Amino acid sequence: MSNIGSYEGRLKNFDWSIAEKELGYNKGEAINIGWYCSDRICEMGKAGKTALIWEGLGGVARQYTFDDIRVNSNKFGAFLRSLGLKNEDRVCLFMDKIPELYIGFLGVLKIGAIAQPLFSAFGDESLHVRLDNAETTAIITQRKHVSKVRRIIEKSPYLKHVIIVDHDGKKPLKDREMTFNMEEYEEPKDFEFFPTKAETPSVLHYTSGTTGQPKGVKHVHYSLISQYLTTKWVLDLLEDDIYWCTADPGWVTGTSYGIIGPWSMGITQCVMDVGFSAENWYKFIEKHKVTMWYSAPTAIRSLMKAGDEVVKKHNLSSLRHLASVGEPLNAEAVIWSEKVFGKPFLDTYWQTETGSIMLTNFPGMKIKPGSMGKAFPGITAAVVDTKTFKPIQEVGKIGLIAFKPGWPAMMRTYWNNETTYKSKFTNGWYLPGDRAYIDLDGYFWFVGRDDDVINTGGHLVSPFEVESALLEHEAVAESAVVAKPDEVNMEVVKAFVMLNAGYEADDMLELKIMNFIRKKLSPLAMPQEIEYVKTLPKTRSGKIMRRLLHAKEWGEEIGDTSTLEDDE
Amino acid sequence: MEEIRDVVLEYVIEEYLEDEDEEINYETPLISGGIVDSFSMVSLKRFLEAQYKISIPDEKASPEAFDTVNSITALVKEFTS
Repeated sequence: MSNIGSYEGRLKNFDWSIAEKELGYNKGEAINIGWYCSDRICEMGKAGKTALIWEGLGGVARQYTFDDIRVNSNKFGAFLRSLGLKNEDRVCLFMDKIPELYIGFLGVLKIGAIAQPLFSAFGDESLHVRLDNAETTAIITQRKHVSKVRRIIEKSPYLKHVIIVDHDGKKPLKDREMTFNMEEYEEPKDFEFFPTKAETPSVLHYTSGTTGQPKGVKHVHYSLISQYLTTKWVLDLLEDDIYWCTADPGWVTGTSYGIIGPWSMGITQCVMDVGFSAENWYKFIEKHKVTMWYSAPTAIRSLMKAGDEVVKKHNLSSLRHLASVGEPLNAEAVIWSEKVFGKPFLDTYWQTETGSIMLTNFPGMKIKPGSMGKAFPGITAAVVDTKTFKPIQEVGKIGLIAFKPGWPAMMRTYWNNETTYKSKFTNGWYLPGDRAYIDLDGYFWFVGRDDDVINTGGHLVSPFEVESALLEHEAVAESAVVAKPDEVNMEVVKAFVMLNAGYEADDMLELKIMNFIRKKLSPLAMPQEIEYVKTLPKTRSGKIMRRLLHAKEWGEEIGDTSTLEDDE
Repeated sequence: MEEIRDVVLEYVIEEYLEDEDEEINYETPLISGGIVDSFSMVSLKRFLEAQYKISIPDEKASPEAFDTVNSITALVKEFTS
């Protein structure tokens, strides 16, 4: 029997207080995610239970109990306090998937500061705009990434502390830099966590939109309620499970379900900080006897590509339950996983702004490969008409996915951007920006984005951000960026580029432009293809018609372009 | 062969190595070692194709084939010879 039991039964009389009771939380009291994920688990008698099994490159391994997590996150908290950091200060975590990232995240939350995890592959510009927007006071990073911080620090006056967790003393520290060695730092006596309340900000995750700079999605400590319950009912974690969430905590899955969900339940999780290879992943599952595996369609399709033979070389019989998130999971991947692992990957649908799983295939439920499943209990979900924004009653008719606001993990605003936040709500619905339809049995089916945002490997990339960065390259006069179909990543970035006079459209220039974007923004944002063009399609007032270029890439009907030539 | 692998090694150091103190050699794992991610692999492939005037089919551009300077060199040799 799964944790959720009967889905239909759970829908009746559902209340989020189920999670509050299980977590021992009473309204109005302090609720601190850092404490819930470490101290509380120790108080429940699980101090000696393994919390984290970590493996890095070359077989380097570290292991931590829940008591280790408690003590070390207290050390982080005490150190940050010693620098004068306090509640609601923004503290960026800019690290690979090393233990300090997971434990430091809790330490930041314990002092009531706001954790701002950022993907460590971000380039200088991506890092700077996010720190600048949040006016981040401190950044916790590794030696290997400190050069990026050094390149932007002069234009980041609010950034007072650059904390390096693995400084070896070989090279001198620079202005505002300091070291913190988690293992060697003295355990603080009588460390008290900051008594954050339900609505106290906790995490700031940045996400990309069609226009403008990335938006900081503000979450609060009360998000724990839905992150805990969705972890329990959807990921179906049990006391003796060994859980592996492959997501990087630089993105929301890596915090909601790579830290908060499993550790608030006192579950052992493992982390592999090594680049992707099918062989390595299967070895890791076999070695640690992973039972629950939460991954992403891009990774699953990469595994499919690696073939079935490599699966057969490993004993993966420990796997009990598989789930997926980040982009739509195609039916073929579901069927393949059932064939090779004996279990299907169950798709889950949610996004940075929702903070927790919204639509999903539940354990024990009839799975329709390719479908996103049904709404989590307590979530009112619909597909609404694109003009009236009223729920569509007609089976199979495409509209916009919509949720009634009010679940615990829902974002509270975009940082310093209330106007854009409000624009996400229409007719009483929160609109995530995706199109879908509902079938006769009430299952949701993903159709596509309702805007120009590119979903590559489960990560959103803003075409505006890439176009802006391209213009900074000396050879680029104008550009338009769209999604291009990709077998593994679903979509990748493609740029149409008009060159300035004097530049020759050749392969080496294409490579230079690609690398320019990779270093400035991130590998995800790097155009995988650049097409040189003489002109770009525009409206009469000069706005680039990305939709035309997108249609061309996807082999879709362009339709009547006369209307497109007018400003929309 | 020697020349190709030195060119590739130098390019990887120049373009992808973030840690100034890190030293890599012909056998250092690049993809599985997290030095070159799957997205960046596309730019590395593009470099090889432009540099050696070759075309590497996508099915040959696997993470395993791109995992070390030596394996990349062998791949390039396959298409240049």
